[in-house]
Order: sequence, then C-alpha cells, then structure tokens
Amino acid sequence: MTDRTLRGKVAIVGIGETTYYKHGQSPDSEFKLALQAVVNACEDAGISPHDVDGFASYGNDRSDAPRLASALGTKDFRFSNMFWGGGGGGVCGAVGNAAAAVATGMADCVVAFRSLAQGQYARYGRSQASTAVTGDDAFLAPYGLMSPAQRFAMKVTRFMHDHGIRQDALRAISLACYHHAQNNPNAVMKGRPLDAAKYDASRWIIEPFFHLYDCCQENDGAAAVIVVPAERAKDFKGKPTYLLACGQGSDHRSAAPVHNMPNYPSSHFNQLAPRMYEMAKLGPSDMGIVQCYENFTGGVLMSLVEHGLVKAEEANEVLTPENLFVESGKMPLNTSGGNLAECYMHGLELVIEAVRQIRGTAINQVKRNDAAIVIGGPMVTPVSSLILGSEATL
Amino acid sequence: MSETYLPNGLPTPSTAPDGLAEPYWQGTREGKLRIQKCKGCGAWQWGPEWICHRCHSFDLGWEEIQGRGRIYSYQKPHHPVHGALTGHGPYVVVLVELPEYGNVRMVGNLLGDPKQAVPIGAPVEAVFEPHDGYTLVQWRLVSA
Repeated sequence: MTDRTLRGKVAIVGIGETTYYKHGQSPDSEFKLALQAVVNACEDAGISPHDVDGFASYGNDRSDAPRLASALGTKDFRFSNMFWGGGGGGVCGAVGNAAAAVATGMADCVVAFRSLAQGQYARYGRSQASTAVTGDDAFLAPYGLMSPAQRFAMKVTRFMHDHGIRQDALRAISLACYHHAQNNPNAVMKGRPLDAAKYDASRWIIEPFFHLYDCCQENDGAAAVIVVPAERAKDFKGKPTYLLACGQGSDHRSAAPVHNMPNYPSSHFNQLAPRMYEMAKLGPSDMGIVQCYENFTGGVLMSLVEHGLVKAEEANEVLTPENLFVESGKMPLNTSGGNLAECYMHGLELVIEAVRQIRGTAINQVKRNDAAIVIGGPMVTPVSSLILGSEATL
Repeated sequence: MSETYLPNGLPTPSTAPDGLAEPYWQGTREGKLRIQKCKGCGAWQWGPEWICHRCHSFDLGWEEIQGRGRIYSYQKPHHPVHGALTGHGPYVVVLVELPEYGNVRMVGNLLGDPKQAVPIGAPVEAVFEPHDGYTLVQWRLVSA
C-alpha cells in the first residue's frame, strides 16, 4: 500500500445552495444562481469569495470558471477543472478533483459546484435532434431512442429480469425520497407527498419499470461546496467534513457504442467501488449515511448493489419504505429528498446533505452519522462516488 | 416508400462527417447486414470504431452476417421524446444479442403489436425497412 491517497487530506468546510425551483421558475439566470451558491458556501465557511482559488464542475456546466473567477474577484486563480461526461456522473468526481488539487498543493481553496437552470435551456425528455444524426445516435434515434431515460431503460429491464426484482423495490426508493422531502423547506416537492397508490397510478414514461415517479425532475438552482487542506480545516466556521475517498471512472468499455458494454445491466460502479472502499479503509457496513443519485430509481437499485450496500438477491426484502425512511430504517436513503424530491441539482445536493448529516445539522438527522457514501449519476460514463467522514473516522 | 414501424419525421441516420459507419448503411440499402470484424484477431465489433478494442489493429473488415439473434432486453416508451412521436403511443425498442457473432448487440424496433409480450431470450430475425435514402434494420419474433 502506497501513501498515494486522498484519505483525510482535505475537508469540506462550506456548503451553499440557492433556493431550488421547479423547472423554468428561477427568477435569476443560471450564472447568477452559480454566483449565489458560491457566495453562500463562502458565508457558511466564514471566508471571503476573494479567497476561493479554484473551481471544479461537471456535466459541461455552462457557468465557466474564468467568468466566475472574474465576477467574484478571485485574487489568485489557480485551478479550474471540468469532469468529462454528461448529467451527474461527475458530481463526486468534481469534489474529488477539487480535493486532488488541494491535496497536491495546486490550490488552497477550491469550490466544487453545479449550476443548472434547466428551464432556461433544452429539456432532457425531449430530443432537439432535427434531421440527420451521426455517431451512436444514428443507430438509436431513428428507432425512437433519444432521451436519457431511454438510454438506460434496457439496462434496468435486464437487471430486474436477471435478479427477479419487483417494481416494489423501485417504488420504495421513490417513496423514501418524497417522504424525506416533506420536512425539507427547500425541497421542491415539499407539500406534495407521494404514496404507493399515487405512484402506481402515475403514467408510464417507459414500460416496464419507469413510472413518472421513477424519474427525476428538471429544476433550476445551484449548489457549491468548499474544499480546503485538512490541516486548515478547523480554521473555518463549522465542524469539518473530511474526504476519505473518491472513486471515479467506469467499468471496462462501459461506453462501448450502440449498447455493447460487456457488463450491460449495470450502473458502472463494479470496478470503482472496491478501490474507493480500499482508499477509505471502510466498508459498506460502515456507511450510516447513504446518498444515492436518482436519475431513475433503477439506477439507484444497481448502484446500491454495486457498492455492496444491498445484495441483488435480497433487494425485494431490503428495499422497502420502512427500511429506507429515516425514522425506522436500517439504511435511511436520500434524507433531504434527493434528485427526485428535493431538487435535481445533479447530485450536488446529495453531497451537501451528506455534509449536513456528518455535522449533525440535517433536518432528517440519522443517528449513525460518522461516515457517508455519496454515489453520483449511475449508468452514465464516467461515474463517481465519494466517502466522507467526521473527525472520528480519521 | 413502404410502411414503416415508426411515424415519419424522426431523425435520420447520417454517416457524415467521418464515414466510419458508411459500409453498414451501404449494406442495409442492399439488404445486407454487415458489422466489423478485425482482420488481425478475428474479433467481432459493434458499433463501429476505427480500432479493434481487443488487438488494436486498425485493419477492420466489414463482414456480412446472418440477421439472427435473441432478445437481450427491451423497453416500451410511452412518453413522446420527439415531435414525430406525439400521440403515437407506446412502441417497442429491443436490444438484440447475436450469439453467432461474439454476442454483439444491435438496437431496433420489434415489429408487430406494441402491446405484445416481449420475452427476453426469444429468437428474432432481422427485417430490412427501407426509408427515403436509408434502410433501417428491424426485428421480428421467429419460432425457436
């Protein structure tokens, strides 16, 4: 074992969010939302935005780092980084890349952020493709396969088929997110509770496993976290959250064209998860806090399995509302409401919730709150995950 | 133009700008199904790429294959993801595995009633569906 690790090298000392809005309802532009999130994270850390010296994001974020650095008056602009790939696959990777910059001395205070005013741009569920399509899309779009949900649906179909998993497991994931959102004043779905009957009656987006409530929303907002060296972690306002590990990448050839990845029914964490646990020196059973990106509930299911948090053959028994609700659950899931019911902030809201849980300041506070796993955008390529911990885990 | 499974107006396939997939589309227009086979190591490869993922040879040939496979997975989209599909209702997309050709997989529509059961593992055969300027490969169930 070498000492090449991120374990305990950096801490998250600031978290910032904007108000989260339904699709198209933000009064502010996407870039202004990004600025608000960064400023809020700095205020939480007790620092001036002038002292942020790096920016890391993902999903081709449109709020580019040079403009942010200029707008915020960054004194010494030392690091900017974009994690490749679409959607939220890079959410944990962006935090990990910020951590790597800080741990190696390239920068001292890096913000990892996501800004997304989807109402001001194109919709995910509606293709913009007009006439001719090239590359992979030439083999997919003419058959009516264009949206993210459609790109992933056949992975879920096959996984459910292979393991005999019933829709109830997916329903439980959705119910848990909506349940937790009801206490969260910043959750877009607060006041709009979901029960089994409403889930079952909701329209099909895609048969056989994607009801409306299995799919994430589209939202407007921004979120940011501030990463600093561990040795300075106590110079800031709040209780520090330490980064214990980040995994990023994907399984062997998981972006093989026209759905030819060797391990098809997968969220692409099989190779990543073991090496992340090894870096963290912790295992799945240590994770009292579980935040798992919901683009679609089927992706959550596969992610939980691939991170060793649930066994596929036990999914029908383990993935029940009782087990996933904070009040009663063995594995409280997405305790702020997650992408489904808090806000589809491409998972950065999940990182922030993990920090609040470790600080002990969450609205739906879990009891075992020393170690948290955050899992980013399943089924895309590349994906990423994080393990965070309190000082006690170091 | 004969009847097609999905309505007109969906995006159409183009090989521009790099021409990588041109032998495939030329083949389907002639009623032939061709995929890549490495001249170095014999590996089948699909979709098309400039290099063999197994031996890294750039010498990839295009071999005509029999359009026979089995259903590996499927979906029935209801939500219209494109203007041309508004009001069209569910349709079936299948992922077909070709055991005779290194288990490469191809995406297409399963012809027939969209309400039909779609049995994973069931044998299917390719059907050429001509459009204006290109031909799609679709699939239909066959008896085992």
